[in-house]
Amino acid sequence: MSDFDDAPLLRVSGLTHRYGNTIACRDVSFELYPGEVLGIVGESGSGKTTLLDCLSGRLRPSTGEVAYDVRGRGLLDIHRQLSEPERRMLMRTDWGIVLQDPREGLRMRVSAGANVGERLMAIGARHYGEIRAQAVDWMERVELDLARIDDPPSTFSGGMRQRLQIARNLVTGPRLVFMDEPTSGLDVSVQARLLDLLRRLTRELNLASIVVTHDLGVVRLLSHRLIVMRDGEVVEHGLTDRVLDDPRHPYTQLLVSSILPV
Amino acid sequence: MNATGYNFAYLDEQTKRMIRRAILKAVAIPGYQVPFGGREMPLPYGWGTGGIQVTASIIGADDVLKVIDQGADDTTNAVNIRRFFAKTAGVTTTEHTTDATIIQTRHRIPEVLLSAHQTIVYQVPTPEPLRWIEPREAETRKMHALTEYGIMHVGLYEDIARFGRVTTSYNYPVRVNARYVMSPSPIPKFDNPKMDQMDALQLFGAGREKRVYAIPPHTSVESLDFEDHPFQIETWEERCALCDADDSFLDEVITDDAGTRMHVCSDSDYCRDRQEAGHVGDGGPE
Repeated sequence: MSDFDDAPLLRVSGLTHRYGNTIACRDVSFELYPGEVLGIVGESGSGKTTLLDCLSGRLRPSTGEVAYDVRGRGLLDIHRQLSEPERRMLMRTDWGIVLQDPREGLRMRVSAGANVGERLMAIGARHYGEIRAQAVDWMERVELDLARIDDPPSTFSGGMRQRLQIARNLVTGPRLVFMDEPTSGLDVSVQARLLDLLRRLTRELNLASIVVTHDLGVVRLLSHRLIVMRDGEVVEHGLTDRVLDDPRHPYTQLLVSSILPV
Repeated sequence: MNATGYNFAYLDEQTKRMIRRAILKAVAIPGYQVPFGGREMPLPYGWGTGGIQVTASIIGADDVLKVIDQGADDTTNAVNIRRFFAKTAGVTTTEHTTDATIIQTRHRIPEVLLSAHQTIVYQVPTPEPLRWIEPREAETRKMHALTEYGIMHVGLYEDIARFGRVTTSYNYPVRVNARYVMSPSPIPKFDNPKMDQMDALQLFGAGREKRVYAIPPHTSVESLDFEDHPFQIETWEERCALCDADDSFLDEVITDDAGTRMHVCSDSDYCRDRQEAGHVGDGGPE
């Protein structure tokens, strides 16, 4: 049911970021529409993570624009047209960020329920019963055992932590979720269940999403469109199936042929 | 003054002026933590170095000083700080709350209502209420600046989820003047309501962390809570065994090896005043 609207949710134009003399990503431009899942692939050091940090407001790019369709205000450059408090508010309401290492994205010493409820409390929820009910609802939606709601994530397995991180991010009903290697570090069967969950949730909630990964299997399952990066530049950009089945750039061809057959 | 070779109230005048400037800023921005150049004091960190520096910089020759620790005037910390100022500033000291113009305290607010001519100085070990959840100082400052206080409720949520009620019983976070979230120092939450709209000036000094903050008179101080779990103070079924008070903070005292116990007022001055006025408790267990 991913009927794309006419107006883009996110428009990136001419984004370049340098660390001193090193160019981490160069002249990246693309648009993302509501409900669309975009994959960003490339080998280690190709600038994927720098790009994601710039897109998600955590790193200010050297040049270029990241414009987001802020509710009620239209497309605004998040780095230059939003104040820091507005950007931080956006990051914890309309956006979600799922990190590769759940220890960075979760509060490991407070209970799972409080982890899910934190964003609600951050935007002013002050009714314990309602926060608790939302936490229960989201624990169920990401298929976590409700008996574990008062346990801290330090007692959870890797797959459970990743599910909890997803619930914690989705509780405020974001429209855009950034995911940095959401499935790496998990074993294959857990990966498969997590991918099923992500696929179901993005479709149900009409979530737009940007998934950074080096795993082509993940983007094949999740993303509609694909960006291939190498040495900080976008070398290929197109529909996922087209890029993976009919790669044009020599680097993409190499990447696709490097998948280990089972 | 009977200690020679020291400036009035131990600290040199430049230092006192610097601390007074920090205090003025703190009073102007209720609940905001102002850094100051803390000095080495002749007692260890954690024993009231912050409070003692604040007291030293505001005390005058005409002031009457009272020092309490856990509500009592006769504990080691209180006796020593009182003696310190008697020696270095030559000020009159007292154990009567109503006679004092400056009250330095650790862990309690006196039971008697304080009045406009009085100043209460709290000794603070950890001034940053966000510290338990956010270890980065730069980040906590940003959170204060942007009023991002949602995280404070995570702690209260944890209490209710685990124990069915908020069990945080001391150092219970408050919001001052509807703006800054502040640590009230380790006073029992029983004392939190006394801070709200108090007639006296309240100053807080943290020696190790080198911060002062303040609540000016008649300022709103609100304890954080949930709509469906409103803030509540401690209550006791017992009354004070010495003065029969049922409205004061009670300490439970174990009186023998068999676990016999009695409850007495933590505020020793309040308890004595009541006894002198003829109130008699049941004397506790035989």
